[in-house]
Amino acid sequence: MELLQVLFYGLVLGSIISLGAIGVSLTFGILGFANFSHGDLMAFGAYVAFLVYTQLALPFWLAFPAAVAATAALAILIDRTIFSRYRESPPVISLIASFGMALILRSAIQLIWGPETMRYDTGITLAERFMGLRYQERQLWIIGGALALVVLVHLFLSRTKAGKAMRAMADNPTLARLSGIDTERVVLWTWLIGGGLAAAAGIFLGMDTRLQPEMGWFLLLAIFAAAVLGGIGKPYGAIAGGYIIGIVMELSTLVLPTEYAPVVPFAILVALLLVRPTGLFAGRST
Amino acid sequence: MNLLAVDKLTGGYGEADILRSVSLAVARDEIVVIVGPNGAGKSTAMKAVFGLVSIRSGRIDFDGADLTGKRTVEIVKHGICFVPQTENVFPTLSVEENLEMGGFLRKDGIAEQKEKVFELFPPLKEKRRQAAGTLSGGQRQMVAMGRALMLDPRLLLLDEPTAGLSPKIIGQIFDIVQAVRAIGVAILMVEQNAKQALAIADRGYVLATGENRHEGRGADLLADREVAELFLGG
Repeated sequence: MELLQVLFYGLVLGSIISLGAIGVSLTFGILGFANFSHGDLMAFGAYVAFLVYTQLALPFWLAFPAAVAATAALAILIDRTIFSRYRESPPVISLIASFGMALILRSAIQLIWGPETMRYDTGITLAERFMGLRYQERQLWIIGGALALVVLVHLFLSRTKAGKAMRAMADNPTLARLSGIDTERVVLWTWLIGGGLAAAAGIFLGMDTRLQPEMGWFLLLAIFAAAVLGGIGKPYGAIAGGYIIGIVMELSTLVLPTEYAPVVPFAILVALLLVRPTGLFAGRST
Repeated sequence: MNLLAVDKLTGGYGEADILRSVSLAVARDEIVVIVGPNGAGKSTAMKAVFGLVSIRSGRIDFDGADLTGKRTVEIVKHGICFVPQTENVFPTLSVEENLEMGGFLRKDGIAEQKEKVFELFPPLKEKRRQAAGTLSGGQRQMVAMGRALMLDPRLLLLDEPTAGLSPKIIGQIFDIVQAVRAIGVAILMVEQNAKQALAIADRGYVLATGENRHEGRGADLLADREVAELFLGG
């Protein structure tokens, strides 16, 4: 029973990590650098939802899309003002710029909303039970919401021209350009989707635990591990990687003290880089 | 009347000129091959046509339009498509998606053009849902050419289409090249397998150290003893 319970928590955490990892994987595949500010984009999304839902007391179905839209817009704005300057530069320049952007975003969140931890809803919600499994309603929302978004992302990537162009550019940017694909438009779509999903991940993380300025930054290692596990640049791999990392992190609490959970993705990452540096799913499609 | 006319082209990547006053032409429905030793500037000459090389002097005309110094996207719109030597497919995309990406600039007629490509390369129709990266070398080359044919180009540029393929497949690739010409697409290709390429080509150019050395009908170049000894390995 305890195992099933831990698996359930792993599914919740995995949902959040997956949504974050899709964005990291897409930006890496298309722009060629690891975006260190992705975790803080997540936090930004979480706080915008806090502003709309908790501070302005508007309904949640309004707060969620508002936060997604605001974060996607911010991601595009950051790209236009910062990252677009370094397209022709070595990727490490963009990586360092993203590191700086992460600090700026985190500090801005702290300036606006303060360093204290906060919650969307105050008061205590009691866990409900289903066949001995403890759960809270919001956790079901997280799992279901993430699943719906993953299906939407899949439909976008596999059915639309823009989605296919995105995968094409992640596969082979030179050939994409030779085929007449408007690569800057693809970059725009990448930030739109990556930023939007980051906001969703941030909100879910805020619902599952609580809000604090470092919330996204703390999860970034797990997100990177998930993206690498899935073979970086491959969005479908990132989804699978996210669930694996989430579940393994929670499973580890059965044998390790809980404080060690954040170290687990790091251990997985090191093991993976030693054994299969191109990701778990490499060789299947390339 | 030539479809493509390259006139006294000089240029390269960055400072050093790789091409020195190279001229070549391709007529409608013609297969033209560029051969020559390593470092002769063969690929560079072809890439120059596709806007991938900085041109210092000379001129490129295509079907009455001046393409000198034009961007690749513009050149594609004029009806020239290019198949690179390596990494010429999108490996994780299906065969069908590869073709759709080739037709990215098309507003309509993608389905019809896709059928035309499948007619030309029947094995691809069966494998339309398979990821291009999982195909054999020969079939992958079909995807690469199919992708380039999706815009219904009038000139196809092929950079060493047989590189790294087994002798049996090489024969197939040259058959495909002739099939592509048969549907009304002119072909300019660079080839290491010079003898086989010249055998199917209408005309050939021999380049060495970035300059024109010989030109003529494919059969004549094959028969030319000097060309054979110097550039075709005896």
